[in-house]
Amino acid sequence: MNMLDNSNNDNHLPFAAGVGYKPQHFNQILNDAAPVKWLEVHAENYMGDGGRPLAQLRHLSERFPISVHGVGLSIGSEGPLNPDHLARLKHLCDWLNPASFSEHLAWSTHDSHFFNDLLPLPYTDTTLNRICDHIDQVQEVVGRKMLLENPSSYLAFDESTWSEPDFLREVSRRTGCGLLLDVNNVFVSATNLNYSPQAYIDEYPIENVGEIHLGGHDEDEDDHGHPLLIDSHGREVVDPVWALLDYVLERSGPKPVLVEWDTDVPEWPMLQAEATRAQNALHKVPA
Amino acid sequence: MLNPQAIVPEGLSDAQARPAGRRFNVYRNNVAVSLTEAMHQAFPVITKLLGPNNMDGLAGIFLRQNPPSSPLMMHYGEAFPAFLQGMDQLSHLGYLPDIAWLELAIRRSYHAADSSPIAPNALAIDPEQLANATLQFAPAMEVLRSDWPIYDIWAYNSIDGTAKPQSTAQDVLITRPEYDPIPKPLPIGGADWIDALRDRQSIGQAQETAMAAQPEFDLGATLTLLLQGGAITSLTTEG
Repeated sequence: MNMLDNSNNDNHLPFAAGVGYKPQHFNQILNDAAPVKWLEVHAENYMGDGGRPLAQLRHLSERFPISVHGVGLSIGSEGPLNPDHLARLKHLCDWLNPASFSEHLAWSTHDSHFFNDLLPLPYTDTTLNRICDHIDQVQEVVGRKMLLENPSSYLAFDESTWSEPDFLREVSRRTGCGLLLDVNNVFVSATNLNYSPQAYIDEYPIENVGEIHLGGHDEDEDDHGHPLLIDSHGREVVDPVWALLDYVLERSGPKPVLVEWDTDVPEWPMLQAEATRAQNALHKVPA
Repeated sequence: MLNPQAIVPEGLSDAQARPAGRRFNVYRNNVAVSLTEAMHQAFPVITKLLGPNNMDGLAGIFLRQNPPSSPLMMHYGEAFPAFLQGMDQLSHLGYLPDIAWLELAIRRSYHAADSSPIAPNALAIDPEQLANATLQFAPAMEVLRSDWPIYDIWAYNSIDGTAKPQSTAQDVLITRPEYDPIPKPLPIGGADWIDALRDRQSIGQAQETAMAAQPEFDLGATLTLLLQGGAITSLTTEG
């Protein structure tokens, strides 16, 4: 594939609202994208050889800055990164020349099995070294700076010796990677593990944030009746997460803010309304 | 990770330092639910034939025996036809594995590389030259042979208003004129002719091969389907 000519795009994510792109919204996005100024795609959905997915992405990239968000690289794996998958990511990024590229602080592959979920890891010196080695490798192969996203957690590892914000700060310092702050994930983890989400944000290296995520979660309970929030991306962003976004933006200043909605995907107007709410939150922030 | 009866690993806890218990199962559950959902999306006709609840159960067994080996979920389920073949309790639905093959092939076609069809007049050359020519096909073209009326069964469960399946064996051709794969039943011998051409036989040799296998082979009807579907990408004549 030849590299796309999207040179007319300012190749960075604007400090504005974006949405996770779903193919069922293709026509509406082209007809009335407002207020959405950029789009994010899951890298793995665009690793086929051709057909409609790549044609749509080519089309959208002529109008919008695109963020490529990987969900399958398994940066937290104990073993080496999958070289085939890394090559596919490089291929996609070389072709699309995206405005941003991000992945997760999580693992999904073990013993060559891929679990299609983002699984947690303990925060120790050993995992820190491994994560940094993997990110060095990703940035070298793909040839771009990546953003690393904080996970949502349902449990804690007794062996962890680093707090998550400190761990992320150190990864960013050593590798030069940026950070993707998922505000819903902070809220979900803080509720599940009983700490203050504002305290997490206060500790978090906010100066390294290149992008912010928002999404909906489901509510459940654990064995002891304690609330257990599940990061499902299947509904609207709840009010406390919007409030946490305001708290973040007051400290970070304007950033690209994305609304994710991946399961039970709604009709376009509903997603558009969420993007409008994100844009309004950005309007309140002094530039 | 996919075994719901397995014990929860040690060293995982909730915020009060109590063992993680069912919190760990959130992860197990997420993995199983997302893969089950992927199977429903990948095999809509199988799901319709079996019913969603049976499909849930079957997918649950399948995904534990065949967890994905790649992060590319677009190809997940390649082992599903063989898995269906091996299920004794489904042996009365002998056509299920072939339907699963068809649904896999439709997905492969959807994600295959783009290509340009030959000009309509490209075949309007000297008949002898044409018989000696070879053809190249689009990456998105797929051919499936079956002892079952798989096109009819697929169409009856996919396209509203389609007639009930007849009980004749059907081979299926999938073409992708633009972005949507289109399955069509192949005329008798069509699959033999296309396979021979894919083995680098000339148009004439392939016709002999197809006639030997199926005396009623209809070259014109097969060629029309291929041209309508934009499945022929080039014609090479001997020097």
